[in-house]
Amino acid sequence: MPQKAAPGGLPLGRSFATAYLGLIVLIPLAAVAWRSTEGGAGGFWRAISSPAAVSSLKLTFVCSLVVVAINAVTGTLIAWVLVRDSFRGKAIVNSLIDLPFALPTIVAGLTLLALYGPKGPIGINVAYTRAAIILALLFVTLPFVVRSVQPVLLELDREMEEAAASLGASSLSIFRRIVLPNLMPAILSGVALAFARSIGEFGSVILISGNIPFQTEVASVHIFSQIESDDVTGAAAVSVLLLVISFVSLLAIDTFRKWGSKHEE
Amino acid sequence: MIRRITLICTLGLAALLVVVAAGCGGNASGSGDGDSSLTLVAYSTPQEAYEEIIPAFQKTSAGQNVDFEQSYASSGEQSRAVEAGLPADIVAFSLEPDVTRLVDAGLVPADWAQADHDGMVTDSVVVLAVRKGNPKNIQTWDDIVQEGVEVITPNPFTSGGARWNLMAAYGAQIKQGKSEEEAVDFLRQVLEHTAVQDKSARESLQTFTGGKGDVLIAYENEAITAQQKGEELDYVVPDETILIENPVAVTEEASEQAQAFVDFLQGPEAQKIFGEKGYRPVDDEVLGQFDYPQPSGLFTIKDVGGWDAVMTKFFDRDTGLVAKIEADLGVSTESG
Repeated sequence: MPQKAAPGGLPLGRSFATAYLGLIVLIPLAAVAWRSTEGGAGGFWRAISSPAAVSSLKLTFVCSLVVVAINAVTGTLIAWVLVRDSFRGKAIVNSLIDLPFALPTIVAGLTLLALYGPKGPIGINVAYTRAAIILALLFVTLPFVVRSVQPVLLELDREMEEAAASLGASSLSIFRRIVLPNLMPAILSGVALAFARSIGEFGSVILISGNIPFQTEVASVHIFSQIESDDVTGAAAVSVLLLVISFVSLLAIDTFRKWGSKHEE
Repeated sequence: MIRRITLICTLGLAALLVVVAAGCGGNASGSGDGDSSLTLVAYSTPQEAYEEIIPAFQKTSAGQNVDFEQSYASSGEQSRAVEAGLPADIVAFSLEPDVTRLVDAGLVPADWAQADHDGMVTDSVVVLAVRKGNPKNIQTWDDIVQEGVEVITPNPFTSGGARWNLMAAYGAQIKQGKSEEEAVDFLRQVLEHTAVQDKSARESLQTFTGGKGDVLIAYENEAITAQQKGEELDYVVPDETILIENPVAVTEEASEQAQAFVDFLQGPEAQKIFGEKGYRPVDDEVLGQFDYPQPSGLFTIKDVGGWDAVMTKFFDRDTGLVAKIEADLGVSTESG
């Protein structure tokens, strides 16, 4: 319930935002954190240091890093094509980008399995391997970088590039010294979102990864297996670790971005 | 002006939240003109059978004017949902530990298994599903760990049902006169040959019909349903296998009609419908009307120690034998 603003205190809008955030985000997260402590410090440590947990966390991070690295390049490229090139059907391609968000992730998993699985029509079978995990993550995180870079690219002053070109700069050095620095903050925010999404992704991965512990079991599936084995406290502990790592990486990328843009001025 | 707009927006949002919260908290009440309503919370496989059984029950004098609310999902999820407060009059799960969880939570009477048929409503057996024509000539448990045979079975930590499969594999070895160590080693070989561990039995079946693997460890009823739906697969009932027993229980709070429904489920009419859907009826007379093969070495979960002991010994996430085997296999594949 919105509270009456204290004299000289928070305006109504801000107090509502705080209450809303608390209700939707902070309280549930606090509940998970609280749950994870039920086994004590020893229980928490056992849960996050069990070989299966460590192996699934490692796999998740390596895959997510690969995914965001690919995303940073391909996402920027796609944004570039969508902004700078004109071709027939561009509007359709542009709307296509958001499709991975609209699709239920389990459907994404099914679709990828049908296409790149043992009975796939194109003869490429990557199902039940680590490559499949990366493929599924690439699919669900595609929009992040594209959608962060696109508006910046639209706003980008082309006169700078033209000036550089008239002064004899090669197109590579124009891209490297003028376009890229301007896009970097946007690429980084896209990367941060994609990374956070990747390490928590469940629906699209579970069908296609094979879920073999120590080989293709990602962290979210490991957490699910803990819940199904009635180890809710352990599941909460691994979840908290995932949350902390996500939060720290988001924070780090944000700091890096701010530092970069300050550096430029 | 802007402050006024903010205020209106804020109040609007707050009102919306209240409405949403009220909507979520409200109890979905059964529509229809029935006098009373029963909530059935069940695992997903027998859904088709229940869709025939419920109308049949409503035609009886006990079932007249009884409305049903039905919920189907995986057995473990359903059990946890009821534990967390999902209203239920009747629960039907794929394995006993999911009922035990509710006994521990005080939601199901402790003597539920004293009922008819020890609280069970359907049986099945663990079978080996193979490709049409059985190209790899799978006949026995030993055949599934031969060189070049790929096994599909769900992840025993995410799928309660997968625990039936592994206990069948283990118990079959004991039944063949092997020692416990040999039986555990056999489990190890099975897991070593397992290429995919889906989250549930249903998904494993999809993986198998999708073209992956040579053998699917499955329940007879699922294999029969798949065949009835036109999937291209055969199945072999090994000589030694486990009798799968699916429990049904009435909750503490349930009305009298709930018990009447359970009685009906165990009666000849419902048992026949279960039998047609691929389940083995628990009613011997009805079972006799079907020609389900009787494996010579059939055993039950009690023969391998009972669920309580099995859950700790094999399926504890950290210290269970299966967790250890998977850790060993994982370490050897990571270094190898």
